[in-house]
Amino acid sequence: MLHIGLLSIVIWLPIAGGVVALSLGDARARAARWVSLAASLLTLAACVPLYRQFVNGTPNFQFTERMPWIPALHAQYFLGVDGISLPLILLTAFMTVPVIIAGWSVVEKRPAQYYAAFLIMEGLMIGVFSALDSLLFYFFWEAMLIPMFVIIGVWGGPRRVYATLKFFLYTFLGSVLMLVALIYLYLKGGSYTIASMQALPLSLAEQQWIFFAFLLAFAVKVPMWPVHTWLPDAHVEAPTGGSVILAAVMLKMGGYGLLRFSLPITPDASHQFDGLMIALSLIAIVYIAYVAIVQQDMKKLVAYSSIAHMGFVTLGAFLVFFILSATGSTRGAINGLDGAMVQMISHGLISGALFLCIGVLYDRMHTREISAYGGVINVMPKFAALMVLFALANSGLPGTSGFIGEFLVILASFKASFWFALTAATILVLGATYNLWLIKRVIFGPVANDKVAALQDLNPREFLVLGVLAVSVILLGIWPAPLLNLMEASTQHLLQQLLTSKIGVGP
Amino acid sequence: MNLLSLLDPTNISWPAIPEIWLGASACLILLVDAYGGHRRRGVTASITMMSLLIGAVLMSLFGMVLTRTVMFNGLFVADGLSTFLKLAGFVTMATAIFYSQEYLEQRAMVGGEYYVLCLTGLLGVFVLISANSMLTIYLGIELLSLSLYALVAFDRDSGIAAEAAIKYFVLGAIASGALLYGMSILYGLTGTLELDTLSLVVRQAPNEGVIVAIAFIVAAIAFKFGAVPFHMWVPDVYQGAPTSVTLFIATVSNLGSFALIARLLSHGLAGMPAIWTQMVMAVAVLSLLFGNLIAIAQTNLKRMLAYSAIANAGFVLLGFSTGQAVGYQAALNFTIAYVLTTLAAFGLILVLSRSGFEHDEIADFRGLSARDPLLAALMLVIMFSTAGVPPFVGFWAKLWIIQALLTSHHVWLATFAVLISVIGAFYYLRVVWYMYFEAPADQSPALQKPRMRLILLINTLAVAALGLLPNSLLEICQRLFP
Repeated sequence: MLHIGLLSIVIWLPIAGGVVALSLGDARARAARWVSLAASLLTLAACVPLYRQFVNGTPNFQFTERMPWIPALHAQYFLGVDGISLPLILLTAFMTVPVIIAGWSVVEKRPAQYYAAFLIMEGLMIGVFSALDSLLFYFFWEAMLIPMFVIIGVWGGPRRVYATLKFFLYTFLGSVLMLVALIYLYLKGGSYTIASMQALPLSLAEQQWIFFAFLLAFAVKVPMWPVHTWLPDAHVEAPTGGSVILAAVMLKMGGYGLLRFSLPITPDASHQFDGLMIALSLIAIVYIAYVAIVQQDMKKLVAYSSIAHMGFVTLGAFLVFFILSATGSTRGAINGLDGAMVQMISHGLISGALFLCIGVLYDRMHTREISAYGGVINVMPKFAALMVLFALANSGLPGTSGFIGEFLVILASFKASFWFALTAATILVLGATYNLWLIKRVIFGPVANDKVAALQDLNPREFLVLGVLAVSVILLGIWPAPLLNLMEASTQHLLQQLLTSKIGVGP
Repeated sequence: MNLLSLLDPTNISWPAIPEIWLGASACLILLVDAYGGHRRRGVTASITMMSLLIGAVLMSLFGMVLTRTVMFNGLFVADGLSTFLKLAGFVTMATAIFYSQEYLEQRAMVGGEYYVLCLTGLLGVFVLISANSMLTIYLGIELLSLSLYALVAFDRDSGIAAEAAIKYFVLGAIASGALLYGMSILYGLTGTLELDTLSLVVRQAPNEGVIVAIAFIVAAIAFKFGAVPFHMWVPDVYQGAPTSVTLFIATVSNLGSFALIARLLSHGLAGMPAIWTQMVMAVAVLSLLFGNLIAIAQTNLKRMLAYSAIANAGFVLLGFSTGQAVGYQAALNFTIAYVLTTLAAFGLILVLSRSGFEHDEIADFRGLSARDPLLAALMLVIMFSTAGVPPFVGFWAKLWIIQALLTSHHVWLATFAVLISVIGAFYYLRVVWYMYFEAPADQSPALQKPRMRLILLINTLAVAALGLLPNSLLEICQRLFP
């Protein structure tokens, strides 16, 4: 008896919608648009019962679906969510809707293919977050490169071919070694399920190799310094929707991979190399924030700020062992893991919103140079209010979601070492610098030129999209409890896994 | 029942029905063409395809064997592998002829000899598939090769095709010589031609004679695969031959190459894997390296696919270099996946060609997605599949080879294979780039050819379907090499 579960629906519904949109073709772009909107809204609607029926307080996977998929390779169609993956699935479904709406009357080149690519990607990304079989995970993980490759290459800016090839090859190179590691783990343990890989005893040498194979895949995706160079290129050349999905969801796949694979599968290697990871994270936070300050291109600025903010995710994830040796207990380590998760969700909302804001300006002026703007507030007051809000949220203003994640991680790093906390906290100054300076140059001041003077304020479609995002950023900032409750049991469980050595255990 | 006892393979040579049928149809088509082929165009092609499909049906009705059957004084073997490969051969050949039909008509290459040569070539592949003696192997190789030499030069007005044919012939003759030489040394040392006996006899400590013989045999096999350093013919033949013939070489002939190595090395020399696996491994690594690197520099799609064929031969040989059943299974799976995708790749070049225009430069694909979204989408699937990106069949093909390498503890080889396939991804992506990211050079829409589009669509859907649900193919491969 074929039972279609809720997770299968949220994976395959957008993909089916995308195929329908694709087959409608550009000749029937209107129909394709409505089909895409309907598909993305239905997917979001299907996430509502997913959230409501999710039981907090247990680290077990819920909504599991398990079917034989490739018996010849012992791979299963095995889906399920816990407190780590559910928020990311909700984020994916939530962010795809604004992307579809934002492209509504703007995308004129091959619109049906545009929407189809985003919908297919939505399904594949949700698949990444809900796969509990590592081969299925890898299947979605790699398949997702295809639509993104096309999105940047077809609808991107002038250097799109360079950017998209760099994006594809960089991430492909990172992923293939993970595949070797996964097959190795399968041959050792006899199963592709992630849970059995997490339980598999491994020697330290094995863990070291596997750790680095995983790290390359996930570090490229996050992206961590120094393998971040594909991101500014991809962001700058991608169309608005592409940038939003890239920043809001795709980067989170790297963070998710670290939490789901690296830490629990290779806890001892993670312990051994946590100094390295923390150092790389701190470099990303400080150095990349300085790089962001000097950017002339708004998108590049937000792209670099993304790298800096994702540094908090990796920092929060790898603080555990330092906290343990500094304070003798793991209290506080939970803050780090929680902070990493909240930071991912919050960064997804804020950076997505900022890219949408830049898209609004770009659609009107066809330039992203900061120097081309000035005094936008005089002609676009509604837009200016929202963009200022998002920029402040991006610099971690209390009351917005940006504050919660950064605060939790900085709190945790205090427990680990004063110097970690001090270095990480410089983001509060540096982040304010690049965000406020951006705002000062673009939004405030006198009207810079005739083009700016002729700008039209937000139309209702744009206002709706940015308004909803603004509400969620503030809501999450004032009342993060629902999100924290959702994750609590899973982060506790992850911490347990991390502290259980896998060397010399069992057979 | 009496009728059923007739079907007992031990009573009558039913397992040889595909070969008998192919030989008979080749003669028949030669006659039909001589007496009636010129009056109605396309009739020979239709009869050929019909006879191939009938052959497939006859084979599945009467030619199936339940147990391994050796016949004709040990020259011929029928087993699960031969059944599967021959069925694949029938279907591949029929599809290839279907794709080629209009291309040949546009170029006035409508002679019935073309189809007769295709059938004899396929017969050569079948002889190889069922070979159980070194003599049969040689027979099969020669039948296949001689048909191919003639086919490559079939467009007799084309200088480049003639050049390719001469190159192919001269180098092919040397390779045949090498094979024959190696085989005769083996015969001299062991006194047997039969592979079953050979696999039992060649088990003693390696003696120099055997090593020399194996070296010659591996060289000949590498030539047939187009593996480095015996690859020099591949780019020129792929580019110079008419595209329909390139399609034949890249697909049907590949099944023959697989059968050759499976019968001769993994069965006939199964007693001494340590010697030949090392040689095969060296050849495989070189093929992967040079095939992928040189493909980057190509501007002609057929030539690029030639280097891609060299690289992919490297993957198949990597599977064999493990010397274990899991590697052979992976290699078979890779071959089938490769044949399926390559069929569609050349089919797409053929469907886009017009009279006087080959459409085989990568630049010709510029802006194809604007001119013809469907064909561009199909080509996108094919290119990503060959690059080894899920959700397409090419991914599982590579995955299984890597898994086989890790099973046999070749971790570094597996790492090398995945890294080199990242380099390989670049030139497949470049085709997608030209199709999707560039503006079309000429606005003329591609020719309609609705029937061909339909088959191409089915072919590509098979690539995607086997990518989403690869289990059936994997299980068949597992069963054929227990």
